[in-house]
Amino acid sequence: MDLMTIMLSTPLGNAGGAVGAGLAAVGAGIGIGQIGKGAVEAIARQPEVANDIRANMILTAALVEGAALFAIIVGFLAMVL
Amino acid sequence: MPSNCFKYLLVAGFSFFSLFFSNNSFCQENGAHKEEKKGFDAKEVIFGHVLNNHDFHIIDIVGNNGEKRPVSIPLPVILYSKQRGLDAFMSSDFHHGEQNYHNYMMLTSEKIGELKLDPTKYNAQDIVAVNDNGEIDTSVRIYDISLTRNVVQMLIALALFTWVMLVIAKKYKNGYGVTSAPKGSQSLLEPVITFVRDEVAKPNLGNSFEKYLPFLLTIFFFILINNIFGLIPGSANVTGNIAFTAVLGIISFVVILYSSDKHYWGHIFNPPGVPLGVKFILVPVEFISVFIKPFALIIRLFANMVAGHIIIICLISLIFIFGNMNKYAGWGTAPFSIAFTIFIYLIEVLVAFLQAFIFTMLTAVFIGQAIEGKEHQHHEDHEDSMLA
Repeated sequence: MDLMTIMLSTPLGNAGGAVGAGLAAVGAGIGIGQIGKGAVEAIARQPEVANDIRANMILTAALVEGAALFAIIVGFLAMVL
Repeated sequence: MPSNCFKYLLVAGFSFFSLFFSNNSFCQENGAHKEEKKGFDAKEVIFGHVLNNHDFHIIDIVGNNGEKRPVSIPLPVILYSKQRGLDAFMSSDFHHGEQNYHNYMMLTSEKIGELKLDPTKYNAQDIVAVNDNGEIDTSVRIYDISLTRNVVQMLIALALFTWVMLVIAKKYKNGYGVTSAPKGSQSLLEPVITFVRDEVAKPNLGNSFEKYLPFLLTIFFFILINNIFGLIPGSANVTGNIAFTAVLGIISFVVILYSSDKHYWGHIFNPPGVPLGVKFILVPVEFISVFIKPFALIIRLFANMVAGHIIIICLISLIFIFGNMNKYAGWGTAPFSIAFTIFIYLIEVLVAFLQAFIFTMLTAVFIGQAIEGKEHQHHEDHEDSMLA
């Protein structure tokens, strides 16, 4: 068996999927953390626009999370396919 | 600098160290069976909950001799194939996959293992055509248009939602809440509708928001009611189904395309204020992003919902996985698992509202981008709160 066949056997596929999903979680955590940091600092500077800032923060967080979920879906596919 | 040298040394040492770990791969012939898990098969439970089924499975009753008898509500099975025409019957005729009915067979995970079928092509709960001997007839292509669990739950949610909306609309028609303060169930819905109108539709769509407001409200409430119904224990996972979200995404895509005008396409193929070299890169990216944006909507809703359901099921399954190994480990896991599950469940309620809002908001943003040509006039301040 050559290296390629060994690499593509199922246990490595499962492990690859799991590692990919974990990295996606790291990415999502960093991204949404930065969004939260910016939003909280902005609210601290100008508390009266807190509602607008909160709406934008949630919208941006959902977009970043969408990107992370792309990676999780791919990790899932690596496991199943 | 000494600290830099130390860092490089650490990296080199770690890389050298990691060379000592290798992967043991064993030769396996194709079709090697996974070991039979008696007791609790987590994968089957998880996928049984998250995927679509032909019946509403309620409970498995364990009989006297230890065998499980599933109790479920059967649903209609409607099949169409060119060779055999339209066939309709109840899924109880399959007796949970044990019997074939009128030359159709429902596959279960045991059957896929027994008959050595390719697991990537055949899934559990698929219906295949068999000939009289019981062998699979691969020449008959069946279109499965039955009322599955997802469809029935979606219809129930729709019926409930339409009824609630009609009742409240009738109240407005009779004059309550128009010139006076809204009462009762009106005050449940009116803040939500005004929220969608004032925060989602008006900022993004400008003056023509009334044309799109019914569509945005429908999308919002449809996704919301199906998300909420999916959170009921034992229910089907409607919004976590890629076909459901794909249809919603395609509808949004069609609305976006329908409302786009030549300013929009002009900006895609000829973005103003961009040097020529950058245009070569920007135009393909812009063109692809027309298709990527609805695709992202589809994947975002699907992945959020299915991930939430899988997390909750996995946390509960932990109890049974540990219980399989040791009875007391199972009991010990139970408090922590249930606490985590309640926590994640509350987050899922939030995610249900949030994902409905995000889908609606992004659809409004994309429609706004498509219709803004006339008001735009070459100044770039439409980028303030809209990121795509």
